[in-house]
Amino acid sequence: MSDIASTPVAQNTLGFRMVRTLGAIAMLSGLLVVLVFQFTKPIIAENQRVAIEQAVFQVVPGATSRSDWVLTDSGLATSGSDGEVIYAAYSGDGELKGVALAAGAQGYQDIVKLLYGYDPSCQCVRGIKILKMTETPGLGDKIAFDPAFLANFDTLDARLNGAGDGLANTIVAVKHGRKTHDWQVDAIAGATISSVAVANAINRSLQRAAPLLQRELDRIRTQTNEGGAD
Amino acid sequence: MAGLPNQTEKLSLDTFLRGLWEENPVFVMLLGMCPVLAVTNSTMNAIAMGLATTFVLVASSVLISLIRNLIPKQVRIASYIVIIATFVTVVDYAIQAISLDLYNALGAFIQLIVANCVILGRAEAYASKQRLHTTLVNSLGMGAGFTLALLSLGTVREVLGNGTLLGYAVMPADFQPWVVMILPPGGFFVLGAWLLLFAWLKQRRDQRLLQQEGAPHAG
Amino acid sequence: MQGESLGFIFLNAAVVNNFVLALFLGICPFLGVSSKKETAWNMGLATLFVMLVSSMSAYAINWVLGELDLMFLRLICYIAVIASAVQLVEMFIKKFSPSLFRSLGIFLPLITTNCAILGLALFQTAKEYDFVQSVVYALGAGAGFTLALMLMAGLREKLELADVPAVSQGAAMSLMLAGLLSLAFMGFAGLGA
Repeated sequence: MSDIASTPVAQNTLGFRMVRTLGAIAMLSGLLVVLVFQFTKPIIAENQRVAIEQAVFQVVPGATSRSDWVLTDSGLATSGSDGEVIYAAYSGDGELKGVALAAGAQGYQDIVKLLYGYDPSCQCVRGIKILKMTETPGLGDKIAFDPAFLANFDTLDARLNGAGDGLANTIVAVKHGRKTHDWQVDAIAGATISSVAVANAINRSLQRAAPLLQRELDRIRTQTNEGGAD
Repeated sequence: MAGLPNQTEKLSLDTFLRGLWEENPVFVMLLGMCPVLAVTNSTMNAIAMGLATTFVLVASSVLISLIRNLIPKQVRIASYIVIIATFVTVVDYAIQAISLDLYNALGAFIQLIVANCVILGRAEAYASKQRLHTTLVNSLGMGAGFTLALLSLGTVREVLGNGTLLGYAVMPADFQPWVVMILPPGGFFVLGAWLLLFAWLKQRRDQRLLQQEGAPHAG
Repeated sequence: MQGESLGFIFLNAAVVNNFVLALFLGICPFLGVSSKKETAWNMGLATLFVMLVSSMSAYAINWVLGELDLMFLRLICYIAVIASAVQLVEMFIKKFSPSLFRSLGIFLPLITTNCAILGLALFQTAKEYDFVQSVVYALGAGAGFTLALMLMAGLREKLELADVPAVSQGAAMSLMLAGLLSLAFMGFAGLGA
């Protein structure tokens, strides 16, 4: 390197200048990015923790702490494994209040992503929170805040079937005002497709997760550090 | 870029003001339209996006102006892009650290600042030729002009489309929001309306100038 | 998102969430090169090609950076690859069709700063598409971009003969048209549900 730099011919060639400049700029920018990344990393992680916790505590009423698990086809795995992350939520005295799971389905405009709380003791859904959607403002976006619609999920029936490999009743959205059973979701008038998306997302997720969770309930019944908390 | 001197420019008030009005990047040069249309469905988003873009614009312009004599002509665009991408990554992490909600609202458009032609345009047409302090002032002006444009869209769209301004209700309670304004077509319509307004103002001014010039000759 | 059918991904990228009319990506070339149908068509194809290359490269970059745990360099890598892909297309067109090269003019190198391309790379990452899904997504996005450009060019060719007030000619009129097109494209929403 120093040999090349000291020969005047090489120093003046365009190719060398181009490589030198680009190399220097790339190194500087790399350095800057790494510095900022290292500095903001803990702050961002903390922000994300707070955001997740707020959402989890919102969909599992009465919860004040959580531990993370990973749901795989064979059952629960400790946090950090490959698979779907779920959040077991506990009350102040360490009693399991419910499990928060993420789900998603195609809505009117794009994918609707949501978090819902499943209570294994009553085998029902206890609350939902829409995480991400681009549904039509004034119509479809009501799924996020319409009180009558959200009331569907106060105790949405999600019992296991006799064989224990799925739900006894498919969770479906029905037209506004036609709800007759506890496993049905009363759709918002004028936003049927968005409401159906929410019901489908929860149904698809629970058909898989509920049997697994019921089977592995003992492992998450009390808060341990096995799953890995924060 | 008409009217831009090729030799180094003297610092004046005009260096700053030009970006706000005469060479406003959005309304006059029609550059960087994507974020202007995409993130202006609320005033808050517009402000955040304007500030983020201004930061990247100023930081990259200043750096490019500093090292403008060291960059060989052949690799200048590549160098500019790497520098811009670096600052955008910095802003991206900074916004995530400041507020996740804001980050989610702006979505991919923070990272898309890289592809904002205003910034590369400034680097190529101004920062690579001018001295440090004029570049600083000029890029601040351009950033302010860009933010102004974002704001003028964001406020109109939020007030008409949602009946609120910065989240506070400003319209009468029985106001029926024009939902289309916060949907994609609204972005095109509002920007089109602003351009129409400016074109009309310019036409009127030109006509008046013409009349003033014409009057003495007639007499 | 796993399990999305390929046909749906294509349709979603092409019309439901059209890159130009619903996501506001690539507005500069959309307004700049849409005055003639032929130019619009060629520009659309060039963009489609760059999109394909960038989409595949972005997939590879994600894999490499993921392995090395260097995700914070993602943006810089994307833009560098896109810039090179554009150079490639530029040299290719210059060699095989100088007339096309002239008609595209400044907008050819400007594909680099076409946010539709960078947006494509970022969105496919955010949606966690696998390789085949990414390629289909790129094809859909490119097709949607070409479609929007062609529609606009067709309208503007007609508009040249129309008698509109002088003050509204140019960019303002084009934006109003784009708004109407965007309104029409909103009708595609709900196709996937």
